[in-house]
Amino acid sequence: MSRHVISVLVNNKPGVLTRIAGLFARRGFNIDSLAVGETQDPAVSLMTIVVTANSATLEQINKQLNKLIDVIKIVDITDVPSVLRELMLVKVSATPANRSEISQIVNIFRAKIVDVAPTALTIEITGDESKLTAFLQMLIPYGIIELARTGTIALVRSNAK
Amino acid sequence: MKLSGAEILVQSLVREGVEVIFGYPGGAVLEIYDKILDSPIRHYLVRHEQGAAHAADGYARTTGRPGVCLATSGPGATNLVTGIATAYMDSVPLIAITGQVATSLLGTDAFQEADITGITLPITKHNYLVKKVEDLPRVIKEAFHIATTGRPGPVLVDLPKDVTVAQTTFQYPDRVDLPSYRPTLTGHPRQIERAAAEILAASKPLLYVGGGAISGCASAALAKLVELVPMPVTATLMGLGAFPGTDPKFLGMLGMHGTVAANYATLEADLVIAVGARFDDRVTGYLPSFAPKAKIIHIDIDPAEIGKNVPVDIPIVGDAGLVLADIVKVLAASSAEARAQKAAEREDWLTRVLRWKADYPLKYGQPESPTGLAPQFVVEELYRQTNGEAIITTEVGQNQMWTAQFYRFDRPRSLASSGGLGTMGYGLPAAIGAQIGNPGRTVINVSGDGSFLMNVQELATAVQYGIPIKVAILNNQFLGMVRQWQELFYNHRYSQSCLRSNPDNVKIAEAFGAVGLRATNAQETKEVIAEALAITDRPVVMDFMVDREANVLPIVPPNASLDKMIGGGTQ
Ligand SMILES: Cc1ncc(C[n+]2csc(CCOP(=O)(O)OP(=O)(O)O)c2C)c(N)n1
Repeated sequence: MSRHVISVLVNNKPGVLTRIAGLFARRGFNIDSLAVGETQDPAVSLMTIVVTANSATLEQINKQLNKLIDVIKIVDITDVPSVLRELMLVKVSATPANRSEISQIVNIFRAKIVDVAPTALTIEITGDESKLTAFLQMLIPYGIIELARTGTIALVRSNAK
Repeated sequence: MKLSGAEILVQSLVREGVEVIFGYPGGAVLEIYDKILDSPIRHYLVRHEQGAAHAADGYARTTGRPGVCLATSGPGATNLVTGIATAYMDSVPLIAITGQVATSLLGTDAFQEADITGITLPITKHNYLVKKVEDLPRVIKEAFHIATTGRPGPVLVDLPKDVTVAQTTFQYPDRVDLPSYRPTLTGHPRQIERAAAEILAASKPLLYVGGGAISGCASAALAKLVELVPMPVTATLMGLGAFPGTDPKFLGMLGMHGTVAANYATLEADLVIAVGARFDDRVTGYLPSFAPKAKIIHIDIDPAEIGKNVPVDIPIVGDAGLVLADIVKVLAASSAEARAQKAAEREDWLTRVLRWKADYPLKYGQPESPTGLAPQFVVEELYRQTNGEAIITTEVGQNQMWTAQFYRFDRPRSLASSGGLGTMGYGLPAAIGAQIGNPGRTVINVSGDGSFLMNVQELATAVQYGIPIKVAILNNQFLGMVRQWQELFYNHRYSQSCLRSNPDNVKIAEAFGAVGLRATNAQETKEVIAEALAITDRPVVMDFMVDREANVLPIVPPNASLDKMIGGGTQ
């Protein structure tokens, strides 16, 4: 079992997300994350799906996705040089005493404090998944109040094509 | 000139060459029904929408043309669901058209609203909810294209009522523009070469033929392949008829109720050539021990089938008929030495397999014994009296397996049976569709007393239109296949499988206006069949009172290896 990042170009039509999510659910494929948005062509959306699967399952995922009429193209970019990014918002407990300590961590990770309240800070960070996880580890001791992540989006690097 | 959505639908269907629709009206489709009155399309009024889907399916399987069914919104649409799933599992080109509440009411739990595109998402090849009348011609064009090309399958088109009323100028597209849908039809030349080389290098090849050989019109290529490189042939339930059932090299079906010869051959073969088959669990038994000594060539139009259940040595994506024809070309062009290389081994192999076939034939006791009339004899008698030329539909259970075993199908598209979903109630409406698509042929639905009641209302349809189908009920007053499993695997504990209070099927037939006949012994069986075959203006129901506890043999217990056959005469 290993993690794979699959980039799926689909027709930007109602119901396409349901078709893809339904396919994963009924065939028992697990989705770690799925992010979707319009591309430069408004008729086309790009889905970035992160899955953990063995090679046989991965092949089935690929082939079954390909059978959907609205799927235009699938690329497994796991081993292709790519830029992977995820956005996370995290609200962490903060007292006047430890606020500057937290803000140092924020600086080291090049994150951003986007909201300050008497007892909490809300921080925005982008990066690949491992960076976000590392950042989160640093914040856990202070007490995470709330957390939201977008899931990974990805583009292949230009010179890798 | 502007046309309404309903008119556009009807005209588009005509453009697609649709001659026949099976359906049932209701509020959401009244516009469509109004326009059907003025069209050249023949509409058959079924008595339950499930019947419409199965009839369209039976029409499609036996003619090769897409079947069309039509139902209203809500319950009409949901009643189609089993029929759509049946077609999906067996890759049948079916177009299901459903009415829907008006677009302004969508999502409000309006009267007779059901999210049928959502419901059928996992059981259609594709589906559409048409929200603008301008999209309708393109959608119909695409629906037929998708249903009939690549791996065929059902496509559903959901039409809100206001869309059927709205008007626009009608222009039917002459081509589809679906860049994301391009099925591969011809096999990769290198794979074709490799397959041909493996065939010539094999000492013990076995052809394993599935339903894809029928939808891919592969019969001629199969015959040529076996002529060039003689080898034994086996088929799945869906593949019966693709290769002649009376050919000496044909071993019969393989798998759970396969013949000894076919199952032994898979165990011993050094090369299995799978043509449009999908290694279903009813065929392979315990997967790791399926064809343990064989390399596998897998030809399938659906890339997702290749490598899904078994690892494959030579995958070839493409239409079964085209790929096989290409392999045959390469083989025909090969040198005489190349073909002679393993010819002697192959001949020994064929002799050995045919010895199994001779030693362990499918058999049953006497036509008639103290326990009753043998159901297998009834099927054999149907075979004899129709010269093997009838179109047969089946229900599910013992009746289905005995048909597969004892009616030998020489031609493709002669058997329509729910293989993948195993839908009881399929056969009677499917027979109606088959008869309408093949007016000149004898169409027989081999049934069980349980299955018969699942769509018995369709007798009214057959009577209304004078459709002379024959229903042959193998009446064992049991859910026979369930009882058989309970006998063999649940210590004879017959839980809820006994049908003691069955109705009188002869009277049922008569009440519908059909002919009802009954046979309780071998002599009556012959007479009843002869009498039924002579009736050409009405449906006939033949009620064969058979041995109540006859079993389908051999049987490989579920998930056991194919050598664990019970009742093949090998123990
Ligand atoms: C709609 C449906 N419900 C249940 C089953 C499960 N099932 C498979 S075979 C069978 C018994 C069929 O009995 P009958 O039609 O009398 O045929 P027989 O096996 O006796 O020939 C049943 C209940 C099924 N295949 N389809």
